[in-house]
Amino acid sequence: MGRYLIRRLLQTVVILWVISAITFFLFWITPANPALLICGKNCNTETIATVNATFGFDDPLIVQYGTYMKGLVSPTGRDIGSEGSERNCAWPCFGESYQNGIPVWDSISDAFPATFWLAIGAATIWLFFGVMLGLLAALRKGKALDKLSVGLALFGVSFPTIVFGYLLLFLFIVKLKWIPFPDTANAALFEVGPVKWLQFYILPWITLALVFAALYTRLTRANMIDTMNEDYIRTARAKGLGEGTVIFKHGLRSALTPIVTIFGLDLGGLLGGAVITEQIFSITGLGKFAIDSVLGNDLPAIMGVVLFAAIFIVLANVVVDVLYAVIDPRVRLS
Amino acid sequence: MTLGVSEDLPPDGGLPADGLAETAEAKQIEGRSLGQIAWARLKKDKIAVISAVIILLIIAVAIFAPLIVKINGFPPDQFNKLDSDGNPLLNTRDGGIPIGGLWGSGTSTEHWLGVEPQNGRDVFSRLVYGTRVSLLVALGGTLIAIVLGTVIGMVSGYFGGWVDTLLSRLMDIMLSFPSLLFIMALTPVVADRGQDLLGIPDDNRLRLGVLMFVLGFFGWAYLARIVRGQTLSLREREFVEAARSLGAGPMYVIFKQILPNLIPTLLVYTTLLIPGNITAEAALSFLGVGIKEPTSSWGRMIADASDWIESNPLYLFFPGIALFITVLAFNLLGDSVRDALDPRAGRS
Repeated sequence: MGRYLIRRLLQTVVILWVISAITFFLFWITPANPALLICGKNCNTETIATVNATFGFDDPLIVQYGTYMKGLVSPTGRDIGSEGSERNCAWPCFGESYQNGIPVWDSISDAFPATFWLAIGAATIWLFFGVMLGLLAALRKGKALDKLSVGLALFGVSFPTIVFGYLLLFLFIVKLKWIPFPDTANAALFEVGPVKWLQFYILPWITLALVFAALYTRLTRANMIDTMNEDYIRTARAKGLGEGTVIFKHGLRSALTPIVTIFGLDLGGLLGGAVITEQIFSITGLGKFAIDSVLGNDLPAIMGVVLFAAIFIVLANVVVDVLYAVIDPRVRLS
Repeated sequence: MTLGVSEDLPPDGGLPADGLAETAEAKQIEGRSLGQIAWARLKKDKIAVISAVIILLIIAVAIFAPLIVKINGFPPDQFNKLDSDGNPLLNTRDGGIPIGGLWGSGTSTEHWLGVEPQNGRDVFSRLVYGTRVSLLVALGGTLIAIVLGTVIGMVSGYFGGWVDTLLSRLMDIMLSFPSLLFIMALTPVVADRGQDLLGIPDDNRLRLGVLMFVLGFFGWAYLARIVRGQTLSLREREFVEAARSLGAGPMYVIFKQILPNLIPTLLVYTTLLIPGNITAEAALSFLGVGIKEPTSSWGRMIADASDWIESNPLYLFFPGIALFITVLAFNLLGDSVRDALDPRAGRS
């Protein structure tokens, strides 16, 4: 187990390194001159030359990549700025934003809590409703409840987030006025209290959860139907176990194993930012930060947020594999 | 093996002459391929037929967009300030919201779905033209993903060894990319590079190509993994061995022996990928990294309309409904195709 973990973590580091390299070279060979972006309106040949020297844009790409990686790997970070006026960019150094000079890591750590709460809340909702609906549908296979769940799931899968999100926003905020317009100040739980916090997050949670809830309903239903046809379920019933024990202890437990895998990967993916939902409800999370950086051509910020999101996805893969072995005794890690 | 059989048996299969009538009857009962069975099932499936009709209608709208727009007479890019009686369409004092119509959307007998606030462009015409962008990008992206995924998956599974190791790692890495984030970040970069390399301006023709390319490029890895797995098991089957022992080269085996057996998988995956790509294109255009003005796209329309959600909600609903119906129709058809191709269906 320990050995397996170490090997997997090493693989993770390699994959992350490859991703960082691909991302860096893809983004940095853009012909758009970053110096023009930084000096803004008062650009002339002289200022451009200064900026190029300061940020090292004149260096070969491979040297720039080395500098960049040093900031991520070296525990002291790296120095930014021209000779004589260097300032330290502490580890983990993703560089500074071209737009406003703020260290990218500061922006990422500021934006992360909003994304975290969005993802966790939505995940709770979709896991609960998805598994419950799927389970009920499987147990009532072919009955009205099953058809209703299957229909709802199909509906949910087909509802694009942009359409569903705005529908909720229109209904509950504009028309019924049950919830005030989103105010980013309300994203902080400990400063505004739970009521305002819940009001702020409830619609984004539902928006984000819908598609996943629909997918999990389908998945749970299919797995549960397969499982309940297994011989060992018949054995359990023949032993005289109560139906509740058969369904929950024998059936659901095995049907949920693949769902744990997918849940881990989905959650890992969302922790890197839920761009659309954040954009609709003006949540200043990682997704919003990402799209603002993309629209502003802010390369260090784009790089940082893509790498940060990739870390979650890659780590989620490891966690899921380990969890899988813990839940399912047939799987042996080697 | 097949040669041996035909040599051993007389041409009529060794049956007595009066048995021929029976075999002819038996032939009518058996011998339906999976494709024929699936097609028969699909034709009986009401939902499949309805959604197929809707999809064909949507495709027809996309193809005949210029003709359809001629009927109502407003090109999608035309700024309309006055109606045919000379009355203003937009309230210039109130930020340019449409005058009259249902829920302040400016719907009328001339502008069936109202006009855009501020610009006065006809919403119906823009919606019709948006169909083109949606379908073109989704189908193009899907095609690229399917071709890449199939070829890479088959090569990886068939050859094994270091080729397989290399390609499998590549799939792992592709699947580890935060895809929406990456697509979002990459689209402007690729458009920029394309402009430079191909020497064409960054207009929406280039953007269409870039969107297809980016969606395809990030869509193949998952399919490649499935195809690789299936190829691994198909490779060991007798018919492949037979083909190889007769001297067939790897290209022949891959494309003539293995590929036909993958078609059900590819069909199912295609029907899953198309609605996903329609949603993705809308999302990218919504975020402002996809199709740009003045070309209309449903995602772009939703983004524009979100500013007017209080005064003119219908402007937001029309593209939303169009998007929803399209995705739903593709999903319904996809479900039916999957059920029809499922060899286990009809037994349980």
